[in-house]
Amino acid sequence: MNRSGAMKPNPSAEPPRIGFYVCHCGSNIASTVDCAEVARFASRLPGVVISRDYKYMCSDPGQELIQQDIRDHRLNRVVVASCSPLLHEQTFRKAVAKAGLNPFCFQMVNIREHASWVHEDPQAATAKARALARAAIERVRFHRALEPVRVPIRAEALVIGGGIAGIHAALTLAEAGKRVILVERQPSIGGHMAYLDKTFPTLDCAACILTPKMSAVRSHPNITLWTYSEVVKVEGFVGNFTVTVRRKPRYVNEELCVGCKECVDACVFKEGKFPDEFNLGLSRRKPIYLPFPQATPQVVLIDPERCLNLKTGKCKKTCVEACDRNAIAFDQKPELKVVQVGTILVATGFQLFDPSRLPQYGYGRYPNVFTTLEVERLVNSSGPTGGEIRLRDGRTPQSVGFILCVGSRDHRTNRWCSRTCCMHSMKLALLIREHTGADVTLFYMDIRAAGKGYEEFYDKCLREGIQFVRGRVAEVTDWAMTPEEEGKLVIRVEDTLAGFVRRIPLDMVVLAVGKEPQPDAQELRRLLNLSCSAEGWFLERHPKLAPVSTFTDGIFLAGCCQGPKDIPDTVAQAGAAAAEALALMDRGYIEQEPNTAYIEEADCSGCKSCLPLCPYSAIQFDEARGKAHIQAALCKGCGTCVAACPSGSIRQHLFEDEQIFAEIEGVLSHD
Amino acid sequence: MTESRWEPRIVAFFCNWCTYTAADLAGVSRLKYAPNVRVVRLMCSGRVDPQFILDALAKGADGVLIGGCHPGDCHYAEGNYKTLRRMRMLRRMLTALGIEPDRVRLEWIAASEGEKLRQVVNDMVERIRALGPLNLPARFDAWDRELEHPPAPESTSPPMEALTPTQPLEKVHA
Repeated sequence: MNRSGAMKPNPSAEPPRIGFYVCHCGSNIASTVDCAEVARFASRLPGVVISRDYKYMCSDPGQELIQQDIRDHRLNRVVVASCSPLLHEQTFRKAVAKAGLNPFCFQMVNIREHASWVHEDPQAATAKARALARAAIERVRFHRALEPVRVPIRAEALVIGGGIAGIHAALTLAEAGKRVILVERQPSIGGHMAYLDKTFPTLDCAACILTPKMSAVRSHPNITLWTYSEVVKVEGFVGNFTVTVRRKPRYVNEELCVGCKECVDACVFKEGKFPDEFNLGLSRRKPIYLPFPQATPQVVLIDPERCLNLKTGKCKKTCVEACDRNAIAFDQKPELKVVQVGTILVATGFQLFDPSRLPQYGYGRYPNVFTTLEVERLVNSSGPTGGEIRLRDGRTPQSVGFILCVGSRDHRTNRWCSRTCCMHSMKLALLIREHTGADVTLFYMDIRAAGKGYEEFYDKCLREGIQFVRGRVAEVTDWAMTPEEEGKLVIRVEDTLAGFVRRIPLDMVVLAVGKEPQPDAQELRRLLNLSCSAEGWFLERHPKLAPVSTFTDGIFLAGCCQGPKDIPDTVAQAGAAAAEALALMDRGYIEQEPNTAYIEEADCSGCKSCLPLCPYSAIQFDEARGKAHIQAALCKGCGTCVAACPSGSIRQHLFEDEQIFAEIEGVLSHD
Repeated sequence: MTESRWEPRIVAFFCNWCTYTAADLAGVSRLKYAPNVRVVRLMCSGRVDPQFILDALAKGADGVLIGGCHPGDCHYAEGNYKTLRRMRMLRRMLTALGIEPDRVRLEWIAASEGEKLRQVVNDMVERIRALGPLNLPARFDAWDRELEHPPAPESTSPPMEALTPTQPLEKVHA
């Protein structure tokens, strides 16, 4: 042992024959790091047999270069300096394995994300690349041949969220013969799409395309549908998650209720009295209600905050009498269900921006300022007005204005584009014009109509006489300056195409509210061990190449919980997430990184320091022999016990002390 | 290396799931930061053996940066808490060894915090620059020479002897 700590000779006796490769990544690395110089430097290091630089190491010829060298030069270690190991470590491991080398006799150096892209001075970036390369070359000498651990995967999937994303993913998985549990926290599945009247750009009716999918979910033998339920606990790892779901009481037996609504008619409240959530408060409902006509499951529920019997215990309980199936169950309690699944699909969607955060637009202050979703309910024939566009006082508007980018593309609120508000507003503008013949004006910054048939739809709006005014609206006011502004809402806006400030009187103002992450996205993130972007959307493993995978194996993303998107993109992503989950489950096992901890029994003193450190209870103590033992199948490879073992008898594959000490020495040695 | 050309050398231990990913994000976002930090990737900050930190300092690092997931966000449930505990003890030990404890820094940087990573690295480099070089290898060499040619037996004080690095650094544990 020398001054540097625990350097031991490599137990595998063969002398290292290292091949070192520097990738230019086109110009991504080569424009800042002198790749030829790094290769020259590495060629002089002990053990390095061959050192090359190449345009694209990850390309087929790049990989073949390594494979040829392994054969020609009898290489037993390979180091590639290129991008992040999180991106291409698997690529290169597979490449070296094809040439007969154990894939774990490979080490990757990140000189793109950690050097060329973050440093401007070529000299400093090259020096850093040299140091990192040296560290990997020092380290790889201590690598040993390992076999990946195979863990079986359960063939059941959990889908969280019953919007169009969750519905599509659940159906895809169920059709492939997998058991699916679909958990939705609202009393019905359908999500935001269920609120919509028609969908752009084809103007097909949302209910007509969504309802069949909803009932398919309900009737599919492979799908267990738990509405009015929330995931409260997730334990375990890919292949074997143990999930606890809390089922809220509906006070109606789901198995017995057929949705005939006799109970609703019989309720002691003769008229609806309470704001109807589905119609966004534009209509009233009773304490016992069906969320909306196409609700799936077709099961009523009782609002415990409103029901006289549940609140006071004093009620004639006419609903109980009316139900000939005895489905009303006032004694229902919340229920915890525990299920075991192999994969989890997260499709929890978004919430809409609350426009009262922008008081200058008058939402909540002026009754005739609406949101796009409220108008969606107004134009819907099963909505509160039976499909007629009416102001709060019952009049039909003669002039309507849409304000775009409310809570989107705005430094004061949310900086991102919500992607659907332009098209959504244009669709509603067209519908309002069809229904009422009113003059409709859109106040926009840029019209974003990127999508199949979207630009054509924009053209159609122009042809139909929808007015477009470019400029961010300053305020909505009811302060009339001229007689024709009396009794109207006035939009004050700088028309940036005309070049002056305009006042435009209107009967109705519609705010195109943007999308935001769900208010409890952070809690779910913790539950599932996911990451979020700075904005709060769930983070995908790679923005381009792994857009539905997450950093937690076996958990996939679909729909707006990952970022704003429209229905076609959501459905496409849901299909992709289901396919990824299927690929995992159909194989039946997953190959885990063999980075598990193990104990050198001879050195174990039996002090038991390690036992309480393991979050997975993977370490057992053999009282008879006085030694600790690690169950490889339970170990997840964090290495916390390794760092804590006072005798140094716990070791970790792929992160051996020698390897890390060698890396430290490598990054610190002067050229 | 002459004093005027001295640049801080910092070794970083980043956990795979949060801070290493944040560094990747900083790269993808083309954020620019000081080139003085060299990253060693570990699966969890809980793998950071205090011996790694002492070893890095002994081999010539001027500072050590450890990056892990935010409390409650650890990919392995609680590895980062173990690190926090060890760091408290290590700081005390560094003080006893005559090394400024600020040379070792623990930061929670989430996968989405590329900007925080940039700030922490730049700030760390500036602080180490202000502290000046640690240069333990040279000090070890000086002590070695002193041992080989002791000026006078009684002048070597016992605490200094205890620090001579011919003894292997004791393994510290949480």
